[in-house]
Amino acid sequence: MGAGALFIAVFLACVVEAVEATTIVLAAGTARDWRSAGTGVVAALVVLAAITAALGPAVSALPINALRLFVGALLLIFGLQWLRKAILRASGHKALHDEDAIYREQLAAARSQPGHKTGLVPDLLGFTLSFKGVLLEGLEVVFIALTFGGNAHQIPLAALAAISAVVLVALAGIAIRAPLARVPENTMKFVVGVMLTSFGTFWGAEGAGAHWPKSDAALLFIVPAIAAFALGLVAVLKRVPPAPAGQPAPAVAEVR
Amino acid sequence: MADRIRAFGAFAYDFVIGDDWWVAAGVAAGLAGTYLLAHVLAVAAWWLIPVLIAGLLPVSLWRAVRKS
Repeated sequence: MGAGALFIAVFLACVVEAVEATTIVLAAGTARDWRSAGTGVVAALVVLAAITAALGPAVSALPINALRLFVGALLLIFGLQWLRKAILRASGHKALHDEDAIYREQLAAARSQPGHKTGLVPDLLGFTLSFKGVLLEGLEVVFIALTFGGNAHQIPLAALAAISAVVLVALAGIAIRAPLARVPENTMKFVVGVMLTSFGTFWGAEGAGAHWPKSDAALLFIVPAIAAFALGLVAVLKRVPPAPAGQPAPAVAEVR
Repeated sequence: MADRIRAFGAFAYDFVIGDDWWVAAGVAAGLAGTYLLAHVLAVAAWWLIPVLIAGLLPVSLWRAVRKS
């Protein structure tokens, strides 16, 4: 697998997750208390670092075929779920992911709750919102970086891609103090869904004992084939009428 | 304690399985089938997962469209 493809796949996936986490932290900080939200971010990063430190060596220690089977299965499941949502959004059967709308809903929800002060943080709800947001989105970042990196024996490169994405998004969030609505998140999710599904297909089948024609070069066919298939499904679903009036598409505030 | 275990179970299910359990079940069945083809029948098995995706993704999408 090319180092460039690995970097791009992990970087894009991590940008998407980091944008979602940033929206939650911004809402928690604006509506509640910035110090509590910041403490929540730091606490979540410490937990994520501990999980990475525990899982990293475990992933690296697995025999290569078992690792490829395990990683392939996870990437296939994640990839197909991402692709499924991206196709539904692109074809109008699911509301587009709108960071501005999500931010407004998070803000309203955070403002409606009473405050609880603890010894460590001025506002417990602000801390909890921020902690949960960063931890849940961060877990996906950790899984993607570890599985891609471990399988390609390039964990440092995958970690660099993940850290670059998170730092870039965090700096942008701090700079504008507003949700990063201009990031083309729906398109990026489509691309990441294609990449995860493609690499999951390749590694999963190899881990189960299959041998691809042309070995690694098979990926040059698998990636465009899955992208073309997904675009074809978008075109087909666009012809299917969406939910009738009175039954709106699923709520826009869904974070995942 | 039971509530926490239940909450963790719900989180783990949502994290790994997601919105449509057919996808996870299909992937598990496809990889098991690939293993059988490669190791038991000793025939070419690379084609099974792409064929599975070609069937599974439209079915999962159709289920989602019908639900909405």
